[in-house]
Amino acid sequence: MKRLFILFLLSPCLAFAQDDLLAELEKDSGNETEYTFATFKGTRLANGHTIETKNEGSLEFIFAHRFGAINGGWYEMYGLDEALVRLGLDYGIKDWLSFSIGRNSFDKTMDSYVKIRALRQSTGAKTFPFSATVLLGGAYKFSPENNSDVSDDFENVDRLSYTGQVLIARKFSTNLSLQLMPSIVHKNAVVASQEENDQFALGFGGRIKLTKSVAITTEYYHNFSMKDDSPYFNPLAFGIDIETGGHVFQLVITNAVGLTERAFITETRDDFWDGDIHLGFNVTRTFQLKKAK
Amino acid sequence: MYNKIIILVFGFACISLIASAQKYTTEKTFVSFFSDAAIEDITAENTKTAGVFNSTTGDIAFSVPIKDYEFAKSLMKEHFNEKYMETEKYPKSTFQGKITGYNPEATGVQNVTSKGKLSIHGQTHEVEIPGTIEKQGDKLLMKSKFIVKLEDYKITIPQLLWQNIAEQVEVTVDFTFKPQ
Repeated sequence: MKRLFILFLLSPCLAFAQDDLLAELEKDSGNETEYTFATFKGTRLANGHTIETKNEGSLEFIFAHRFGAINGGWYEMYGLDEALVRLGLDYGIKDWLSFSIGRNSFDKTMDSYVKIRALRQSTGAKTFPFSATVLLGGAYKFSPENNSDVSDDFENVDRLSYTGQVLIARKFSTNLSLQLMPSIVHKNAVVASQEENDQFALGFGGRIKLTKSVAITTEYYHNFSMKDDSPYFNPLAFGIDIETGGHVFQLVITNAVGLTERAFITETRDDFWDGDIHLGFNVTRTFQLKKAK
Repeated sequence: MYNKIIILVFGFACISLIASAQKYTTEKTFVSFFSDAAIEDITAENTKTAGVFNSTTGDIAFSVPIKDYEFAKSLMKEHFNEKYMETEKYPKSTFQGKITGYNPEATGVQNVTSKGKLSIHGQTHEVEIPGTIEKQGDKLLMKSKFIVKLEDYKITIPQLLWQNIAEQVEVTVDFTFKPQ
């Protein structure tokens, strides 16, 4: 009994000797908000955008192209004889605000986007289930060269189209991210029998990481405004992302050849399931123009 | 009666030990690492470390939040967290050990040795790190420089980047402690 009493008295002494400083630190550090990062490797999923914006002061050069259809056969070298190209620059004005300009040889289009990171997935003190980025863009097609080539009343303003998207993504785990893309494309001029001016589409996509540097991706847009006698198809794409330091290589197969939302959401002429599949690459290089904070 | 005396003696010893225990917590911290590879030199700095030091027992512990390493290029920071350190899985690097060679009464720069467990990327190793402690007023300045081999902590560099990232990095630690 007395022994127990002694032990009892000494217990604070023992506890002190085993004082776990690390545990004490963990307790003090409290509960912080951890924001999810690297939901996707790049700013593009396949044809369209991801929720990712460029970090402040970093400039991304994107060289993207889509070859001809692989069902063109030997004569067309399975599509490799021709390619449509988009050259683009994305710049992070702020971590949450990116600006992009580009030139797509499809319809000789100049395009520009603003991406605003509105919500961020997070855990810890503040838990939020998904990230959301708003994309607003405009595109001007320089083709055909003369307005009169289209019709007598075709004006320059008819060459314009606008895109609005809310990109919503969740990184379910290190290896799995999924994204939903409610989208609207407004075209100033359309062939009324074939198309609406305002077209609503819902995109769905995701990526699965295979290794630390390689991921497979998929992207599909369903255009709800497609008329019955529309000559167009919904764009579907599968891709592989390979990341090497400052570069991301994205190898894609898709039925779309245009690289602006107008072109691939509303004007994809090829049917994936009919074998009109195009091989393509998106190659990006990031330059840090301003020293990171 | 004899037992009671023992209890009293131990009790007092215990109380006096607690009373004399001098604990310090970090006021300012700086941890950096430097990778010197064929193509590029990479440095990253972290000022968000938290540490505790008990100058009576020599016990020391610190915890470095990986996501707070800042790089010159923001893409490097992302890759560092996503691919190399797997920050989502292993958010912190920690050290827990004992410092020997420190005399709380002495002044000037003292050479000390810190022995304990270093955990990085979920891997823990027994290490012995040399450093210095200098008493300035009621504050303690603790400095150290040591080498960490990436392989020891299972941090793998893709073949494509072996020329960009060194196999071992030099870690610099510079802490200012204040009495708790």
